[in-house]
Amino acid sequence: MKFGILVNEGPYQHQASDSAYQFAQAALAAGHEIFRIFFYHDGVNNGTRLTVPPQDDRNVVDRWSELAEKHDLDLVLCVAAAQRRGLLDADEAQRHGKDADNIAPGFRISGLGQLIEAAIQSDRLVTFGD
Amino acid sequence: MSEEGIIKKLMYVNRKAPYGTIYALESLEVVLIGAAFDQQVSLAFVDDGVYQLTRSQNTDGIGMKNFSPTYAALGDYDVRHIYVERESLEARGLTVGDLMPLTYEDEDDDWAEKESLRVVDSSELAAVMSEQDVVLSF
Repeated sequence: MKFGILVNEGPYQHQASDSAYQFAQAALAAGHEIFRIFFYHDGVNNGTRLTVPPQDDRNVVDRWSELAEKHDLDLVLCVAAAQRRGLLDADEAQRHGKDADNIAPGFRISGLGQLIEAAIQSDRLVTFGD
Repeated sequence: MSEEGIIKKLMYVNRKAPYGTIYALESLEVVLIGAAFDQQVSLAFVDDGVYQLTRSQNTDGIGMKNFSPTYAALGDYDVRHIYVERESLEARGLTVGDLMPLTYEDEDDDWAEKESLRVVDSSELAAVMSEQDVVLSF
């Protein structure tokens, strides 16, 4: 089956991104395909490379980056949600005159159309959040 | 814009009050962007989500943008099916008269203005939900 995954909550505050990660791992292990993982609302905070969690805790952001690299996943942060919350890639940072960018490896920033496309192209869209 | 001719039934379920959290506003942003994809779109308002459609919202006291006028434009985005759960209204002491009028113009009927909004009970809404290909819940 081809899955689309929507993550609507930030890391650590909420278990949604942990559950989404575990779901993605399990789906891939079972031979399913993941069309795209889309991060919306505070979910975009899953894509900042500046997180520094305590060493004895899981690193949610690095875990996503590693999973994306291993399975060639498409991790997309909603651009409007990301801009509101201070998540910028190099292009966006330059366009808005900001002095830094903070996107983690494996993530890209794009529009909400990518969520709709995932909903249309996937057999199932699975949402994680409140 | 269409996805290689795939047309799915997409329902946006709105469950949260309009202010207090950003879910309602960002849900509306998805609906507006999604309108470009030529899918069969419907919206449902349940729980505190019914407050999103109340008339005469005034956000002056909380320093937030009042985005409620945008709902009235949904008809122009070809959103013609807006369901409001009766039980959620009643539990909050609201009636349909407390909600904004939401209409669309039917091009197949000489652009007659028609109601988009329908109050349905939860069992009817459940039946509509079960027909959907995709449910996006905010």
